[in-house]
Amino acid sequence: MQHKNWNGFISGAWQDEINVRDFIQTNYTEYTGDKSFLSGATKRTSALMKKVESLFALERQYGGVLDIDTATVSSLTSYSPGYIDKGNELIVGLQTNRPLKRGVSPFGGIRMARNACEAYGYKLSRKIEDEFRFRTTHNDGVFRSYTDEMRAARKCHVITGLPDAYGRGRIIGDYRRVALYGVDRLIEEKKKDKNALQSEIFDTVHIRQAEELFQQISFLGYLKEMAKMYGFDISEPAKDTKEAIQWTYFAYLAAIKEQNGAAMSLGRVSTFFDIYIERDLKAGVLTEQDAQELFDDFVIKLRMARHLRTPEYNELFGGDPMWITEAVGGMGEDGRTLVTKSSFRILNTLYTLGSSPEPNLTVLWSTSLPEGFKKYCAEVSKDTDSIQYENDDIMRPIYGDDYAIACCVSAMKIGKQMQFFGARCNLAKLLLIAINGGYDTTSGMHIGPQMPVLEGETLNYEEVMERFDIYIAWLSNLYVNTMNVIHYMHDKYCYEKIQMALHDTDVHRFMAFGIAGLSVVADSLSAIKYASVQPLKDSHGFITEFNTTGEFPKYGNDDDRVDLIAKDMAHKVITELRKTPTYRNAEHTLSVLTITSNVMYGKNTGATPDGRKASAPFAPGANPMHNREENGALASLNSVAKVSYDDCRDGVSNTFSITPEALGKTDEEKVNNLVGILDGYFAKKAHHINVNVLNRETLMKAYENPEAYPNLTIRVSGYAVNFNKLSREQQREVISRTFHESL
Amino acid sequence: MSKKGIVHSIQSLGTVDGPGIRFVVFLMGCNLRCGCCHNPDTWELANEKTFTAEEIVNKAKRYKEYFGEKGGITVSGGEPLLQAEFVKEIFTLCKGQGINTCLDTSGSILNNAVKSLLEVTDRVLLDIKYTNDDDYQKYVGCSLSAPMEFLNYLESKKIPTTLRQVIIPTLNDNEENILKLKDIKATHPTVDKVELLPFRKICQVKYDNMGIEFPFAHIPEPDKELITHLNNLLET
Repeated sequence: MQHKNWNGFISGAWQDEINVRDFIQTNYTEYTGDKSFLSGATKRTSALMKKVESLFALERQYGGVLDIDTATVSSLTSYSPGYIDKGNELIVGLQTNRPLKRGVSPFGGIRMARNACEAYGYKLSRKIEDEFRFRTTHNDGVFRSYTDEMRAARKCHVITGLPDAYGRGRIIGDYRRVALYGVDRLIEEKKKDKNALQSEIFDTVHIRQAEELFQQISFLGYLKEMAKMYGFDISEPAKDTKEAIQWTYFAYLAAIKEQNGAAMSLGRVSTFFDIYIERDLKAGVLTEQDAQELFDDFVIKLRMARHLRTPEYNELFGGDPMWITEAVGGMGEDGRTLVTKSSFRILNTLYTLGSSPEPNLTVLWSTSLPEGFKKYCAEVSKDTDSIQYENDDIMRPIYGDDYAIACCVSAMKIGKQMQFFGARCNLAKLLLIAINGGYDTTSGMHIGPQMPVLEGETLNYEEVMERFDIYIAWLSNLYVNTMNVIHYMHDKYCYEKIQMALHDTDVHRFMAFGIAGLSVVADSLSAIKYASVQPLKDSHGFITEFNTTGEFPKYGNDDDRVDLIAKDMAHKVITELRKTPTYRNAEHTLSVLTITSNVMYGKNTGATPDGRKASAPFAPGANPMHNREENGALASLNSVAKVSYDDCRDGVSNTFSITPEALGKTDEEKVNNLVGILDGYFAKKAHHINVNVLNRETLMKAYENPEAYPNLTIRVSGYAVNFNKLSREQQREVISRTFHESL
Repeated sequence: MSKKGIVHSIQSLGTVDGPGIRFVVFLMGCNLRCGCCHNPDTWELANEKTFTAEEIVNKAKRYKEYFGEKGGITVSGGEPLLQAEFVKEIFTLCKGQGINTCLDTSGSILNNAVKSLLEVTDRVLLDIKYTNDDDYQKYVGCSLSAPMEFLNYLESKKIPTTLRQVIIPTLNDNEENILKLKDIKATHPTVDKVELLPFRKICQVKYDNMGIEFPFAHIPEPDKELITHLNNLLET
C-alpha cells in the first residue's frame, strides 16, 4: 500500500499492516552525539508558557482545582474546542472548553464524581445525577458482586487503592497509529477484524469481542469528529511533523477525555516524531528551532492535562498526577540505539519550559546507550530532579524494542499488551494479622483464617514463617478474585473504547498485583530471625507491640541475610497469586511500588517487629526504611537490585535522593559519577530508579515557605510531583527519607 | 591466618576521595593530631569493628559494576599507614580482582611495610597540610620533611599522586602557600593533580559528642570565591 503522505519514507511491512515498530525500525536515524545541537525556547513559547504559569498559579489559589464543568459528562466531543491562546498555539486541543477546567467522568463511579465536585465546593448537576440513576457504573457493578470477605479486606486496608470507583488506567493506546495511518485505515482494519468473527462460535468470548469492536469503531469515528471540531481532518496519514504531533496528540487527548484512569500514559513517541522531523529537515521545510518549538508546544499541552479526584484519592496518589509517561531512549534489538535527536529534544523541554513532573519522562537505560545521551540524562537529573530511569537491558529481552511504560514502572508492548491495574496489598499488615491469628488490631476486625495468637516469650522465626505462609496463600487467592470482579465490571461498564481501538484486536493482558511494606516485612523477619523479639499483648490477648533487643541485619546495607528475605518474599507472593486463575486469562504480574500511599499504608498498620512505631509511614516502593542504611548509597542500591524482575514483572521501584556534594566536586565529575551509578545499578539487574539530586534543606525551606518554590519538582515513587501539591504529611515523609550525603 | 584490621566505617559510594566512584574504607588510628581534623573519632587505634582483608575485598567486589574505568577502592582513615600490612593485603587482593587501589594518607610514615604497600598502590592522595615547617610543627605535630620525603619516594617509584590541602582561613589561605604547592607539583612530575579542599566545620558535632575541644572551632569556613581564586592561581 502507498500513500502520498508517506513519500520519503522507506517502505516496508508497516505499509501493509498496522505495524508502527516496523515503520520506526525502517526509518529512524540514531543519534550518538551530545546536546550541542539543541535550541532554546522561542519568544512565542516563552510567552505562552508565561500564560500557562499564571493559570497554574491561579489553580493553586483556588485550592488545586480551577474550575469544574459539573453539567457535562466528559467524552470526545462533549465540549466545544478549548484553547490557551488560540492564535499562538502550534498544537491544539484541551480536555474541556477552557484550560484547566476539569470534566466529570461518572462511568467509573457516580459517587466519586459527586464527592470530588463537593470537595471543591461544586455540586454535580441534576442532569447528570438523573441520567446516572438509570445507568450502572463500574463502581455499582463491583459492589453488587463483591463478597463479604472482599469488602472486609478492603475495609481493613489489607488491600487498598483498588480501582473499583474510578477508571483503572494503565492502558497505553498506540497513539502514533493515528498519525502514521490516519483514522480511516484504522477503522478499516477493525472492521476486517469484526467481520472475521463470523467464522467463530459465538460464545461469551466472541460476543464480547464483537461488541467491543463495535465500540472501538464507533469511537474512532468520534475521534475524527473531535479533531474536526478543531478544524482538522485526521482521516488520512499525517503529512509532516506538525501534523504527526497533532494527530498523535488528538488520539491521546481523546483517551483522557474518555477515561479518568489513574495512570494515562503516552507511550514512546519521541523517536517516532523524529522520523518526521528528519524528513522535514532534509526537505528544508523545518529548522531545529521549529522542531524544538513543536515539542515544546506539545509538552505544554500535556502539562495542562487534569482529572478530577477526591481528597481520599489524593491521599493515595499525591500531587495530582496523570502519569503521562513517555519512554525515552533504549536500544533496538538489532543493536542500534533508539536514541535520536528527539530523545534530547523532549528532555530539553525541562529547560525550555522549566522543570515539571509531567510528562513523566522515563529514560530506558542500557549500559550500551551512547555516552553523549547518558551524560545528558545525568545532567538533566542533576538540574531538574524530573526524570526516572528503567532498565532497558532487562526489559528488552521480554518486551522487544517497542514497549513503553504505563504509570511508573509497568512495561508493555505498545498496542499489543495492556494491563488490569490492581493497586497493592499491605504485606506488613498481613504479617501482623498472621501473628494475631486472623485479627487486625488497627481496625479491630477478624479477617482471614481464624487461629490462636502466636504463643511464646519471643517470636520464633520458623513458626512465624509457617503462619505467614498460610495468610499469604489466603490473601493471594482473595486478591486475585477481587481483581477479577473489578476488571470484569470495568470492561462491562467502563470499557476503554478509544484506547483499545488503538491496540491490536488480539491483545495480551497482564493482571498487575502489588505489595507495600516490603522493607518493613524484611526487617521485621530479620529481627525475628537474628535478634530477640518479645511480643507484647493488649488486654484482649492480641499482640500490639514488640520489644526487640539485639542487633539484626537491615535491608539497605547489601547484606544477603536480610536482602534475600525481601527477594524471597516477592517470589512467594507471585507464586501464590499465580495459583488462582484470572479474568480473561491475564498474566499475573507483581510490583513493589507504592506511589505516595506508603504514608497511608503506614498509618493503617500497627507497630512492627523491626522497631517501626504504629502508624509510622513505610518506605516507598522497594526502598529500604529511611535512615537504616549504614554503608552508603551503593549498598542501598545493591539491596534493592536483589529483588528479582522475574518475580516482579510489574516493576520494582526505588527512589533515591543524593546531595549534589555527594556526587563529586565539579559538575563534570557529578555527571560522570551519576552515569557510573546508573550503569552499575542496572548492570546489577535492578529495574527502576528515581533520581533526586538535592539537599534536605531545600525541601525544608519549601515546606516552610511554599510560595517561594512554586515549581520545585521531585521524584517520589515512579513519578515526579510538584512538592507543593503534596499533603503536609506526605511532605514531611519525603523530608524524612534518606539523603545520601558525602562524609 | 592474616591479622584483622581495625576499621572505623565503610562507605559504598565515595566520589571525593580519588578518581571516579570509589568504595572507601576508613581505618582507625592516627599518629597525628591536626587542628583541622574532621574525623576525631578515628584517632584511637581501637574499635569493636574488625575485618580481615579478604572480608573487605569481598565487600568491595560487590561494587565492581559501578567503578567503570576510573573508580575502585580507597583506603583512608585515620592514618592507614598505621595498618600498612593490612592495607597491603587488601590492595594485593584488589589487584587480583582488577580493582584500582588508592591510598589517602598524610605521608608521615615511611618504613619497609609502607614501601611494600606502595608496590600495590595505583594512586596516592597525599595530604600536604601546610607548606612551611613551623605550621607543620605547630598544627600537625610532625615536620614538613616527613611528607616531603614520602613524596620524593613516590616520585622515585612513579606512583601517580594527587596532592591535597585543606584551605584554612588565616593559616594557609594565602597566595604564597599556593605558589609553594605549585612549585612542589612542578618539581614532582608524578603529581598530576592538586586539590584544594575547603576547611569545613560540620565535624564540630563529633568533637562535642566525644567531649573534646575542636582546636579550630574559632576559624571560619572559607568562602567559595576564595577557593575559586586560589584554584585559578594554581592553574595559571
